[in-house]
Amino acid sequence: MTLRALGYRMVQALLVALLVGGLTFLMMQALPGDAAFRIAAGRYGYDMVNAAAAAQVRAELGLDGSGWSAFAAWLGDLLRLDFGTSLISGRPVMEEIRHQLGASLQLAGVSLALSLLIGPPLGVIAGLHAGGWLDRGLLVLSAALRAVPQFLMGLILIVTLSIQLGWLPAAGHGRADHLILPALTLALGLAAISARVTRDAMAGVAARPDYAFGRWKGLSERQMLRRHGLRNIGVPLVTFLGLQLVLLIEGVVVVEAIFGWPGIGHALVHAIFGRDVPMVQGTALLLGLGFVLLNALTDLAAHLIDPRGARTP
Amino acid sequence: MRHLLPAALATVLAAPAFATDGVLDVVAPFEIKGADPSTSGAIFIKMELAETLVNADADGRLVPGLATDWTVSDDGLEWIFRLRQGVSFHDGTPMTAGTVASALNHARAKPGLLDTAPITVIEPAGDDLRITLSEPFAPLPAFLSEYRALIYAPAAYDAAGNATQVIGTGPYRLTAMQEPLRLEAERFDGYWGEAAHIPQVTYQAVGRAETRALLAESGDADYVFTLDPASVARLASVETVQVMSVPIPRSLLVKVNAGHPVLSEPDARRALSLAIDRDGLAQAILRYPTGADQLLPPSVPDWHVDGLPPLAYDPQAARALLEGLGWTPGPDGILTRDGQRFSLVLTTYPDRPELPLSAAVLQQMLAQIGVELTIDSTNSSEIPVRHGDGSLDLALLARNFALVPDPIGTILTDYATGGDWGAMGWNDEGFATLIRDLASGKGGQAERDQAMAILQDQLPVIPVAWYQQTAAVSTRVTGAAIDPFERSIGLSRMDWTE
Repeated sequence: MTLRALGYRMVQALLVALLVGGLTFLMMQALPGDAAFRIAAGRYGYDMVNAAAAAQVRAELGLDGSGWSAFAAWLGDLLRLDFGTSLISGRPVMEEIRHQLGASLQLAGVSLALSLLIGPPLGVIAGLHAGGWLDRGLLVLSAALRAVPQFLMGLILIVTLSIQLGWLPAAGHGRADHLILPALTLALGLAAISARVTRDAMAGVAARPDYAFGRWKGLSERQMLRRHGLRNIGVPLVTFLGLQLVLLIEGVVVVEAIFGWPGIGHALVHAIFGRDVPMVQGTALLLGLGFVLLNALTDLAAHLIDPRGARTP
Repeated sequence: MRHLLPAALATVLAAPAFATDGVLDVVAPFEIKGADPSTSGAIFIKMELAETLVNADADGRLVPGLATDWTVSDDGLEWIFRLRQGVSFHDGTPMTAGTVASALNHARAKPGLLDTAPITVIEPAGDDLRITLSEPFAPLPAFLSEYRALIYAPAAYDAAGNATQVIGTGPYRLTAMQEPLRLEAERFDGYWGEAAHIPQVTYQAVGRAETRALLAESGDADYVFTLDPASVARLASVETVQVMSVPIPRSLLVKVNAGHPVLSEPDARRALSLAIDRDGLAQAILRYPTGADQLLPPSVPDWHVDGLPPLAYDPQAARALLEGLGWTPGPDGILTRDGQRFSLVLTTYPDRPELPLSAAVLQQMLAQIGVELTIDSTNSSEIPVRHGDGSLDLALLARNFALVPDPIGTILTDYATGGDWGAMGWNDEGFATLIRDLASGKGGQAERDQAMAILQDQLPVIPVAWYQQTAAVSTRVTGAAIDPFERSIGLSRMDWTE
């Protein structure tokens, strides 16, 4: 069954690659404005673009050629795992993406880990004592944290932790401590939700008859949680985390801009402005495949936690 | 959560955060787009990684760079640049007339200023560099001081002539480049001139103005280039930061399609100009004390004319001028003439955040005299596109007149023929002749004054404000500079205060 699931994901990955490639290509074609001028503005600066620069770009890139031949060429290159070169910087797309996707994954990974340290443990405690002061306090706090937009959260953290307390660098990239503030900005929002999800799952499990039976049997709270609690809340939590990663990618774009982080969100936005089609296609493709991989991993994890398994396709 | 947060932080926090590690950190909004001077040379020249043949001082006077002096033949067609001897590139190769010629020929093959100069040949002549022209062109040395004319080593270029590495001659040598946001450099020990004081420097691009200001305030950055107006006011009260500002030859102006039926009469353009409360706009949006009263600021003495009647704010007079042209208010207050409404589209772009805001203010001001403005804030390249196909009405833009220290280059391309970022549908033979003569070395201050008076009277563009360049510098460093021509930040002359 795992093999079948894997095969299904492989087919899905292939379809995603084709769809993403085709759709981004069509969308870039459909964008208004003259591509040669947009690329020239991206290359030489927004106020350095003029008709002469655009004409030179047009001649260099052969923009007068048919769009379909360009798409066919892209597909052909893709089969050879060649993503082409950026129209703006002239460097291989793969090289640019490696640096930028790496930075984003680093940020996303640390945020996720940080949110897991904060959210689920609090959620478990709150769920075990549903209705208690921690539960009610956490509800208010997580609602508040969710309601604060990420750019505001980022600024609040910079002003308090960096400017007032002087603990951390305000923004930038290059040293390990540059990672903490942007990661914390994302993690607080994520932890707010995962704490609620865990709390609800935990409260549900703790109120079940089998949980009460365990208690009558004489198991301690700690034993109950370890043997019966955690695995029961595992499936909803893991499934939810898989979904949350989408949110994370979205948040990364905003947070990268505030903290000057050289990530993929930033790169994608600029590539779209600059009509850097190979860069947009490459980035979107990798993000799409990333989601397929994440879904596969989520399914796999859920399957391991709950092997009864009617859910895996 | 209150307990977890500081604990989590404390575990990850190994080193103190402040940038007192002996590395000077420069922060600016400009992203590194690649190694080629044509895309990111402006960053490399500020970080002193590479140099030009000719330099400019803070007053815009040309001073020796990689060329020690230069002469021009009597007919003005042949320039000889004597090159500095004993200069080596960061890869150890010596700089020769041949390497300089090939670097400049690569630069000339790309869009920029150099390709607009009437150059026929750039070649070595013994140890010197010879540039042959098809017609006299006085601003040539100024053109060679621009960032797109940076001199790189031959190994920096690929077969197509694009630079793939930054191998210059500057006092700093690139050690790491992470496009688009960061580079690191160290002192180059083989530098021909006075060595840099601070051994290690970094450059970080940060697009958001709020973040840049916070980096200055927290002490993470030592030199922060370009501040937003609100942050200037706030940083002025921060003790560890010094805010510097200098007027620069960049003007906020309204480009006018003088070929448009409602804008072709000079009086119509004068009326629009009279409707603009420049001081009000400058104070509200840019937080400068005053607006512009002619095209270029007093900091460009050759092109600022003291006696010129200033552009004034007088909506009454504006209405009278338009009435004189036959415009009468329609039922909704908007002027009409022969069934045509005085309704225009103002194109602008958000890359400079003050532009859409200023556009909204202009919309209000012009509404007062019965002119209807629709704002289209879009990609900056739409301005040259619409210039080209004639569909532009008005454009609000910020124009740098000193890409080279001599504004003649920009004025020549923007106004003598009608340029993408200058005049449109406006041709004044007298003006064009004056400027072409000045460019070929004929004429002087009187001719410049005369040319500027024509622009002031005819208003092919309507000047609104003059920009100031701002920077926040940590009190930990001395020797920082702010350059009206945006070439230098004084990097190699900076030192720690201790």
